[in-house]
Amino acid sequence: MNHKNSNMKKVILSVVLIVFCLSTIYAQRIKGSDTTLPLSQKAAENYMKANSSASITVTGGGSGVGFSSLVEGTTDIAQASRKIKFVEIQKLKEEGKIIKEVIVAYDALAIVVNPKNNVTNLTRNQLEDIFTGKITNWKEVGGADLKIVPYSRETSSGTYEFFKVSVLKNKNYMNGIMSMPATGSIIQSVGQTPGAIGYVGLAYLNSSVKAIHVSYDDGETYEAPSVRNAKQGTYPIVRPLYFYYVLESETKVKPFIDYLLSSVGQQIVSEVGFITVN
Amino acid sequence: MKKFKKITERVVESIFTISGSLTSIAILLIVVFLFKEGVGLFNSPSVEKGYVLCVNSENSIDKLSVIQIKEIFDSEVVDWKDVGGKEGEITIFRFDEIFNIYSEEDLGEDYALLSAKLGEVITSNVNIIAYLPQEYAPVGIESVKLLPTESIGVADFLGGKEWMPTATPTPLFGVVPLILGTLLVSFFAILFALPLGLGVAIYSSELASKRTRKLMKPTIELLAGIPSVVYGFFGLVVLVPLVQKVFHLPVGETALAGSVILAIMALPTIITIAEDAIGNVPLSMREASVALGASHWQTIYKVILPYSRSGITAAAVLGIGRAIGETMAVLMVTGNAAIMPHSLFQSVRTIPATIAAELGESPAGGAHYQSLFLLGSILFIITMVISITAEVISKRQPNKGI
Repeated sequence: MNHKNSNMKKVILSVVLIVFCLSTIYAQRIKGSDTTLPLSQKAAENYMKANSSASITVTGGGSGVGFSSLVEGTTDIAQASRKIKFVEIQKLKEEGKIIKEVIVAYDALAIVVNPKNNVTNLTRNQLEDIFTGKITNWKEVGGADLKIVPYSRETSSGTYEFFKVSVLKNKNYMNGIMSMPATGSIIQSVGQTPGAIGYVGLAYLNSSVKAIHVSYDDGETYEAPSVRNAKQGTYPIVRPLYFYYVLESETKVKPFIDYLLSSVGQQIVSEVGFITVN
Repeated sequence: MKKFKKITERVVESIFTISGSLTSIAILLIVVFLFKEGVGLFNSPSVEKGYVLCVNSENSIDKLSVIQIKEIFDSEVVDWKDVGGKEGEITIFRFDEIFNIYSEEDLGEDYALLSAKLGEVITSNVNIIAYLPQEYAPVGIESVKLLPTESIGVADFLGGKEWMPTATPTPLFGVVPLILGTLLVSFFAILFALPLGLGVAIYSSELASKRTRKLMKPTIELLAGIPSVVYGFFGLVVLVPLVQKVFHLPVGETALAGSVILAIMALPTIITIAEDAIGNVPLSMREASVALGASHWQTIYKVILPYSRSGITAAAVLGIGRAIGETMAVLMVTGNAAIMPHSLFQSVRTIPATIAAELGESPAGGAHYQSLFLLGSILFIITMVISITAEVISKRQPNKGI
């Protein structure tokens, strides 16, 4: 009996091993941005439920990690919260790889301050001056006499890059800005620091911080960050979220990307808190 | 049977030898790799790799320093005369803007006409400075002048006071604020932790009852087992608001918060090693002291502490080593602002936190990536000096102090 049992175990083990090996051969790998991680994770789960033969592994690490894995061939899809950089395209070209870009969702950035702060409206110019260090006190933008403490994300974040392009118009952040490793820490710090200001993805907004109404037309209209405003195009700080893949693996990755762009997939996009493509 | 035993012994011995040498080789390889990746930084151009700066050839400027380029692109300098040229308002042109002027069709198949169009843009504006990919730079055109790029210098790296690795077009890699930040946080951490740790060590080995000691030891060891991210989380949620309120600061994420968290984290190391050192004092020394009429406190102060001095110093040095290399907790509580630290109530950025936070996004092989490896090398040198010091100290004659 005992002997039989151990034989049985061996059989099961080898079957598991074989299945595991097979699945790693046919599995799709998605790597990159932490912003898009919840979306691709959820979509991958649902996709695998619908297609029992499919296997998708999703990992984060930052948009840059995704791109360098694409160069090395250790991922099939690079998920990114920023556009691919010129240097990265060059790297892929050197390897003889042609890259394809798909926008799978949009994300809005919300500017947040401490709930006790009485400032509700800021223009893009004011935001630029705050984050480049030209405005340093809240009273200069109609608030209390309080030092402004700007919080930024770390340079490893696609959000950091996007904020720099969209709000700072490519100017550099002030020297010595507070930089936090994660969106969660920005919410935490802004919630407990009276003079703080920071930026987070729309999906992360909660009651411990106050969202600022932003104007990109020098104060004519101020828009609150919300999915509705972002969809209508009235809220200005919106960025695309991308999937990148190499042309030669198109047949492998296409079904999943099509799934994500279908109405079922876009349903997941809004569930996770992002804005649908259409 | 005996023969078999001999063979097994041989096999086991050779396995040990192999694993020992493999480990040493692996460590050496890691160090070599670290330096090899890092040194490449000094061959990198100061303008981002693959990009060039172009001006109109009527512009009298032939050369711009890294700082000047940065100031121009941050709109802090808006007139050419401020950087030594003729009077004229500077127009900044970034590569992406070409797609706002011309449609994809205008630029031809596979961007064949892109270079020519960029040339037209530069020709049409005397006061332009354009930041373009090298591949598409309009080099052959007479009215376009390429600004020469220098490579990043050792002095700029080791003596620079600004750490802005993602600034475009000229990233700044000045490590001074990072090194000072690391040393400041670690120094004050050890300043807080050493008296406390020493006190605990003396209490538990000399004064505490057996029962208390039995309870205390596992508790302290538990302190060493808590993951650093938990310390960081505790620091961010509890310590940071506390520091802010007590000292009435605009921000709580300061070097002080980092030092306190690191002090707590270094405590188990210090306590364990100091306790061992005190426990190693021979009984004959204590007996001699008491026999001469010294009180318990006098014995501790005059005999036990001097005797175990080298062990205590080793404890302090290893504690510093623990503090300098710590990453996650510091990343979460110090605010990570790369400024020259002037006081404890400022935000600082440490070397390990910088590496952990930035490596994820830096393009592999680029200047930013290499600079992070070089930072790793600096950290390695610092910790190596510390462990050598610890080694030397702990090997010294223990009873020299008496």
